[in-house]
Amino acid sequence: MLGLIVRRIFATIPVVAIVSIIVFSLIYLSPGDPAAIIAGDLATTEDVDRIRAKLGLDQPLHIQFGRWVWRLLHGDLGISIFSNLPVQRLIGQRIEPTLVLTVTTTLWVILTAIPMGILAAWRAGSWIDRAVMGLAVLGFSFPSFVIGYILMFVIAVKLELLPVQGYAPLADGIVPFLRSIILPSLTLGLVYTALVARMTRASLLEILGQDYMRTARAKGLVPMRILLRHGLKNAAVPIVTTLGAGIALLIGGVVVTESVFGIPGLGRLTVDAIVRRDYPVIQGVMLVFAIAYVIINLVVDLIYVLVDPRIRY
Amino acid sequence: MPADAPETSREWLRSLLRTHPTMVFGAVILVLAFSAALLAPWLGTVDPLRIEPIARLRPPSATHWFGTDIFGRDLWSRVIYGARVSLTVGVAVAAISISIGLVIGLVSGYLRRVDTIVMRLMDAMMAIPAILLAIALMALTRPSVRNVIIAISVAEIPRVVRLVRSMVLSLRDEVYVQAAVTIGARLPAILLRHILPNIMAPLLVQGTYIFAAAIIIEAALSFLGAGTPAEVPSWGNIIAEGRNLFLLATWIVLIPGLFLSVTVLAINLLGDGLRDALDPRFAKRL
Repeated sequence: MLGLIVRRIFATIPVVAIVSIIVFSLIYLSPGDPAAIIAGDLATTEDVDRIRAKLGLDQPLHIQFGRWVWRLLHGDLGISIFSNLPVQRLIGQRIEPTLVLTVTTTLWVILTAIPMGILAAWRAGSWIDRAVMGLAVLGFSFPSFVIGYILMFVIAVKLELLPVQGYAPLADGIVPFLRSIILPSLTLGLVYTALVARMTRASLLEILGQDYMRTARAKGLVPMRILLRHGLKNAAVPIVTTLGAGIALLIGGVVVTESVFGIPGLGRLTVDAIVRRDYPVIQGVMLVFAIAYVIINLVVDLIYVLVDPRIRY
Repeated sequence: MPADAPETSREWLRSLLRTHPTMVFGAVILVLAFSAALLAPWLGTVDPLRIEPIARLRPPSATHWFGTDIFGRDLWSRVIYGARVSLTVGVAVAAISISIGLVIGLVSGYLRRVDTIVMRLMDAMMAIPAILLAIALMALTRPSVRNVIIAISVAEIPRVVRLVRSMVLSLRDEVYVQAAVTIGARLPAILLRHILPNIMAPLLVQGTYIFAAAIIIEAALSFLGAGTPAEVPSWGNIIAEGRNLFLLATWIVLIPGLFLSVTVLAINLLGDGLRDALDPRFAKRL
């Protein structure tokens, strides 16, 4: 068991390594001179040279790569072109709202989407099922910036129930914090809810067709009990996989959601970096999000090993 | 054709409407969207870039059906012309990522040695959220519709490769493929004649989902300032320009947002319908 877990942890190392190589090499794939593009149209030759030197683009490729890896291993993500501050410090300053928003959203999505999927599968074909599936299609179709503005318009502007924009840290008290996070979290979580509810329903329906489910019914067990004890346990693996893979939706969505609601997190940092063409910051955020994704999916895989005795790597 | 197939096209349409109402709805909306994009100059639009400072931020009215923006530009015209950009990006990304992903997936699924390397690369690319990968690529190029298409295609390719590869892996052990190998068919013939036809249907369905995803990502990129240039009206950058004025002029954000969402909804419904129609096994599952 322990050897298994250790092996799985080591298996993520090549993925993380390749992610960093991709993030490193993107700049060389760009057509034309990246330093000139980052410097912008109004830049002088000196500006371009300065940026080229700062990004290390004036060095031979293998030296650049060696330095990049060496710095990464020391937790150094480079220096922002715009503010001259270390990228890891900028990320550290902005990570709290993003982390809080994604964790809160993940929690409520798990607590609502899985029961929704169970209900839909339990009453497959009924109006409950159709309502859940309808909501799922809508969740996939309405992008977060549209949902966000609709919610903001109805709930914050017209009904004046919640603040329109902004973020109140938990340190300022629980009520302002909760009020500031409800709309962004709803916005962010809708597509994730859609995905998880749909997957829960689909995997349960597949399990419901199995022989042992018929046996359980034949034994005279209560339907809901069969569904939860026998069905959900066996459907757990695809549902947990979807929860892990769906984190990608949350990470992509949080960048947009933060811009809609004016939340000063990593998403805003990214948007500011886009406007200023601050490439090291974009690189840093990309790397942090990708590594977070890999680690979350590692944890998901380890959960399988603990939950499902059939799985042996 | 099956024996019980309806004889006239009208009957066929009626039965389709009865069995797959949402798919028909999706198809109708999509035809409308494409027509609007194609016929944009003849739909009561003016030049979407024409500035009319005296008529700034007008709410929807008889002269400006969808109102005007901060520069007094007619929003109806901008939204209709914006459809051209969104649909072009959607179709182009779907076509490009499916074609490239198909080739990589076919080869990778069949040749074990290539497979390990390619799949490691694809897994790593999929760990980077599509939007962020596209943002990074856009930060390194000049904003243009062409570059947006390339950036989103690159981000979507790994998903296609995975799908194609997994299907090739399950097909390569089928008896008819083994038979082709036995009689000495060469690799390209096996892939193109025996495996490709069997993955076309799921690939078509995947294509509709990529079409929908690309429209959303293009809008998100433009919304974040990393998409199509400001002088090309797209649904995303109309929304982006309206967001600072949201409390003053909600229509600038909500109208293009609604067009975008309904179009994506239509594509998704069409995709779900196609999936059910092409693969009845899969239909029961999702």
